Amino acid sequence: MADQKTLAEPRADRPFRRMMRPMQGRLVGGVAQGLATQLKLDPVVIRLVFVLLSVVDGVGVVAYAVLWMITPREPYEGRSPARDWSQLSAFTAIGVALFAFGFLTGASQGGLGMLPFAVGGIGGLILWQQADPERRKNWVSGATKSIRGNRVRTLLGVLLVVAGGVGFLVMEGRLQEAGQGLLLTAVVVGGLAVVAAPWLAGLWKELQLERRERIRQEERAEVAAMVHDSVLHTLTLIQRVAHDQREVTRLARAQERDLRNWLYQPAQDADATLAAAVRRIAAEEEDAHSVPIEVVCVGDIDLDAHGRLAAALKAARQAMVNAAKYSESPSISVYAEVEGETITIFVKDRGKGFDLDAVPLDRMGIRESIIGRMERHGGTARLRTEPGEGTEVMLTMKVDKQ
Amino acid sequence: MTRVLIVDDHRLFRSGVRAELGDSIQVVGEAEDVDTAVKAIAELQPEVVLLDVHMPGGGGQEVLRRVLGAGSQVRFLALSVSDAAEDVIGVIRGGARGYVTKNISGKELTDAIRRVADGDAVFSPRLAGFVLDAFASSEAPSIDPELDSLTQREREVLRLIARGYAYKEIAKELFISVKTVETHVSSVLRKLQLSNRHELSRWATARRLV
Repeated sequence: MADQKTLAEPRADRPFRRMMRPMQGRLVGGVAQGLATQLKLDPVVIRLVFVLLSVVDGVGVVAYAVLWMITPREPYEGRSPARDWSQLSAFTAIGVALFAFGFLTGASQGGLGMLPFAVGGIGGLILWQQADPERRKNWVSGATKSIRGNRVRTLLGVLLVVAGGVGFLVMEGRLQEAGQGLLLTAVVVGGLAVVAAPWLAGLWKELQLERRERIRQEERAEVAAMVHDSVLHTLTLIQRVAHDQREVTRLARAQERDLRNWLYQPAQDADATLAAAVRRIAAEEEDAHSVPIEVVCVGDIDLDAHGRLAAALKAARQAMVNAAKYSESPSISVYAEVEGETITIFVKDRGKGFDLDAVPLDRMGIRESIIGRMERHGGTARLRTEPGEGTEVMLTMKVDKQ
Repeated sequence: MTRVLIVDDHRLFRSGVRAELGDSIQVVGEAEDVDTAVKAIAELQPEVVLLDVHMPGGGGQEVLRRVLGAGSQVRFLALSVSDAAEDVIGVIRGGARGYVTKNISGKELTDAIRRVADGDAVFSPRLAGFVLDAFASSEAPSIDPELDSLTQREREVLRLIARGYAYKEIAKELFISVKTVETHVSSVLRKLQLSNRHELSRWATARRLV
């Protein structure tokens, strides 16, 4: 049964074709399968019809025999494939059971009483059919859509069983025996449930497994893409510039930062909050000047509309640039803190420091870009430095917390 | 001479650390996973264990649980590439006396080992930032105010660590001795480990997921 689709589809483009009996996947003579291919139906349906018709006065057997005689066998190379005996015996068992049941209740002698019984039978057969191991495998590996379709079919089967059972009772009109009939229905449904339950549980488990596997595969693909796009790239670059130690360090730092962000940092908009913006600026300056900048942020706040925080960020960037360019410090520490309505940003290096009074007036970096800018926007900038002692810039700004 | 055991599943990293450590450190052994680490600690009795956070068999926290759970007095310094709050807070609460990242310089690492061997705590700027952050978000009522909040002085010390100050610089800045700085940091470590604010762990986990 697993191959029913592969058999049906490749030849579907030919508009009129003779009905053939395929060898692959046949149960008895391949008639049902051939007919199913011809009618573009599921062979299960055809088989069920045959079984049911056979129970009713043996019409099915005759029809099958006639069709078998007039249809040619499909050419097949190699040894004829083995029949699926489990399915065949399942159909046989169902047929026998139906026959016995029909004989006992007199339904197979015809009459309206047979109808609900037949409906119930079909439902039961569909359910039974579902339990075939090969099909199960097929569904699980198949697309979700087909799984959903089969779920609907299962539900339909159960509904038909119940409807058949109830309809049988009503048609027979045996009110006194209603209890007995109900019991019978319950037995049928219960039996089917017993048959289907372990399989349903198994299917559910397999579905979960499959879903998990798919998620894992997607994650793996994402990791592979990440490794390929950035890490491999960087490693190649590093090999090329292996003679330039600064450049190697810079590349390695940038890649490390990338990976870290990817692994540990929540995805955040770089321009939405203060901490994210400080990290971004530090990363950019680290890249530009090949000096490691360590950033620590405590608390966070959304960037405001009036640009006060933006001014503080610009001043902080200038402080980082100064430290990276002139301090000769091996690394720079940046600390941003939001406490209540005050934000504070520290930029510290352990470089050579300088004498603030000796800085010429026309040097815009500190006076204009840092101190002046902060004061214009209502903040303060303090500078601590001494030759040989490194430099620390402290920026403070009051904000209205939303 | 401080006797040190290096626990890390990366052989290259272990030999790198071994080569970088100063003369005052004696590496008595190496271990590559939880089981060998626990065994080596029992056998070699090192003073300080350099502990990797991510390892096969449960990671650094499992080593801490098994060794400290058995009543050992050995001191742990966590060494990891991870900067995730979850890892940092987790391993500190597991009993490590410090947390440094693997890109630390050999000299700084030597200092950190010596400090841990002396019974003090080692806070990296990032760890200090995490602690400030975690203890700041204290909206829930605390059960034990002594353990659940930082004193003004401790906060100042942590802030300076986060700003990149060395202990000596902090001492100078606050007009206290280095010993006092160490005492403050150790006290913060104690609070970090003993405070039963489940908020702390929750904060660390949530930080990843924001």
